[in-house]
Amino acid sequence: MTRKGRRWAIVLVCGVGLGSATALSLLAFSSDMVFFVAPSDLAANGQPGRSLRLGGLVEAGSVHRVSEGGEPVAHFRVTDGKASVDVSYTGILPDLFREGQGVVTLGTLRPDGTFRASEVLAKHDETYMPKDVADALKKAGMWDPTKGPPPPAATWNAMATRTAG
Amino acid sequence: MIPELGHFALALACALSFAQAILPIYGAWRRDERLIAAAPGLACGQLLALGVSAFCLVWSNVVDDFSVLNVAENSNSLKPLLYKITGSWGNHEGSIILWALILALCGGAVAGFGRNLPGALRARVIGVLGASSAGFLLFSLLTSNPFTRLWPAPIDGRDMNPLLQDPGLAFHPPMLYAGYVGFAVPFAFAIAALLEGRVDASWGRWVRPWTLASWCLLTCGIALGSWWAYYELGWGGFWFWDPVENASLLPWLTGTALLHSAIVVEKREALKIWTVLLAIATFSLSLSGTFLVRSGILNSVHAFANDPARGVFILGLLGVVIGGSLLLFAIRAPALSAGGIFAPVSREGALVLNNVLLCSIAAVVITGTMYPLFSDLILHDKLSVGAPFFNATVIPLAVPVFAAMTIGPVMPWKRAALLPALLRIWWAALIAVMVGLIALTKAPVLPALAFGGAAWMIAGAAADIVERIRLFRLPAGNSMARLRGLPIAAFGAAIAHAGLGVTVAGIAGMSLARQQVVLVHPGEQIQAAGLTWALDSLTDRTGPNYNERVANIRVIRPGEPDLEMHPSRRAFTTQTVTTTEAAIHTTGFADIYAVLGEERDGAAVMRLHYNPMAPWIWLGGLVMAIGGGLSLADRRLRVGAPARKTVPLGVSA
Repeated sequence: MTRKGRRWAIVLVCGVGLGSATALSLLAFSSDMVFFVAPSDLAANGQPGRSLRLGGLVEAGSVHRVSEGGEPVAHFRVTDGKASVDVSYTGILPDLFREGQGVVTLGTLRPDGTFRASEVLAKHDETYMPKDVADALKKAGMWDPTKGPPPPAATWNAMATRTAG
Repeated sequence: MIPELGHFALALACALSFAQAILPIYGAWRRDERLIAAAPGLACGQLLALGVSAFCLVWSNVVDDFSVLNVAENSNSLKPLLYKITGSWGNHEGSIILWALILALCGGAVAGFGRNLPGALRARVIGVLGASSAGFLLFSLLTSNPFTRLWPAPIDGRDMNPLLQDPGLAFHPPMLYAGYVGFAVPFAFAIAALLEGRVDASWGRWVRPWTLASWCLLTCGIALGSWWAYYELGWGGFWFWDPVENASLLPWLTGTALLHSAIVVEKREALKIWTVLLAIATFSLSLSGTFLVRSGILNSVHAFANDPARGVFILGLLGVVIGGSLLLFAIRAPALSAGGIFAPVSREGALVLNNVLLCSIAAVVITGTMYPLFSDLILHDKLSVGAPFFNATVIPLAVPVFAAMTIGPVMPWKRAALLPALLRIWWAALIAVMVGLIALTKAPVLPALAFGGAAWMIAGAAADIVERIRLFRLPAGNSMARLRGLPIAAFGAAIAHAGLGVTVAGIAGMSLARQQVVLVHPGEQIQAAGLTWALDSLTDRTGPNYNERVANIRVIRPGEPDLEMHPSRRAFTTQTVTTTEAAIHTTGFADIYAVLGEERDGAAVMRLHYNPMAPWIWLGGLVMAIGGGLSLADRRLRVGAPARKTVPLGVSA
């Protein structure tokens, strides 16, 4: 094979390799990207079935732990002050999961408007507020971080009902 | 006093590293023999000064000197001694010192083991290493000084994150860092070659052992980290495609490509420019990976802004190293002469395919890791890219690698034909098909295919050796003679290839893992994950710096004695942090894995797993590293260097 032919063969191999890498990435991007949403986004336009990350604060008094068919299921509501969503999760809740705490859950919206979480993340730090959650709260106009710590958990419920009512 | 001594030694090392960067390179340019000869001394001097500095830091940690800010923030008098020592590099400031120390060790190793190198080349390599050291030491001194004093000194320290108080994680960072930083040596060789304008077979022969040693350490480091995540985080998985993990995978991918393309340079003097570029890319990825992760930019843009000085310094450093080396590459690479000719179907061709595919995999991993950052900064869209993306992109690109890596080694150099090569390893293909078919009776299609692929790699590696010694085709005595004459590197390569097969088998098995979350009362027996479990009792226990709640469970197996397991939850007293300690029982072919969760009304929430083949994942990593280590022992890699006895990078802080 000539030097030119060899060069073309290498260019072809590289082209096929990088081309398939690009094609695979684009294909995967269109289906496997996970968007971060706040409860008010879900209330506005939630598409059931798609994988999402839902972030907000755990509503005070909303956590119920039940046993469904021998499996421990936790039900709780996640709020950003404007709207709240029912979340169900089967599994071990993180140690610092508690009411009024910022939380990020990974899962899908079900047709009945509830959120089925496959993962619940709460950081190992009492004062920790996930960045995405903080941004969502700021967007909802419920918390200005420059004016101090977030308002206590109990008032979040009132805000949610006030907005809802 | 000791911390001040450490601080002084750090400053001294910084000054020496500047001298090490400037004098030898200037000397090599001016052909000044005195400056060229000064290079090894400067490298050793820097190593010595930095060694003293690191020792002072460890000392401050061991004697609980809480007047040092770094110790007060990350240590505690109750912490076990092992973690006091390893904790000194478990934080940002300390990890920079560890990084710089390993870099200095590389410089010292080039000075010590590189006596057969041409003087000017050695001076340039040591100079480039010195320049990198200078950057880090300046960063450490200006923005992350580990010896900053705190007054008044607190009575006790804030303690280290309990998740990090684990033997696996104690040795994971030095191993990983040694791998990362080791790639600085091939990088320095690449820059030196560009400065000299010459790359030849002997250059390939010098670069290869350094690449190989770093690659082995990086492989071990990644495997250790993955194993730690598996048993310590208690999520039951081994790889989460987290930015931190991807940052270690990227240099591994390009480093593996570099390892293979350096063979082509050494044997055939082809792919020279590409190999130089790969060496630059691998070290750049090591650098940017660790530092982007360390600075927190990948997890959160805001953490980066918390300390603008550090962020700007890191970006500046990365810009100088990556931009500068690429600029030098652009100017000087055309001067490097192109090498030997080969046909597309040949050993070289297979290695090119390996490089193209590994770099494509690296490209999709970079895309997936960086995209959320760009989308947040530019499009203001919050999104994350998780395991589904990486599985959908990496696996299809990895399959041809697995298929080709068995065929490549049996193809001759320069020109080959596919069919004869395949015929030589027909029995490996037969074994692979049989394993795949057997797996199909018990597993779904994809894992069965993966098991077949794993068998293909392991049997193919054996076939390579069998083919080389002409077993069964020549009389046994001749085969034995050939076996003895075979270079150790041939065994090393076969073992490393088989190691990847072992890992793939482990991953295929893990995809069949079963897990179940259950609510159990003490005294109850349940069926979960295909096994029978009994929870006997829940008890409390006190450890050195934690209190723990232990579940005493038994796995009831027919025809075998019951298996006792004790998963627990630890509450660390100093940091109000709870960790879950998974209980793992391994049979070598499967792991039984139990995690204790919260308790409600006297019952315990537990997550129970059955993970087939799980240990093979890390075993494969170890086998790969052993294969690499064997290749290092090959005499051919030490031509002209009879003095070298040990692996140059074996020591870490």
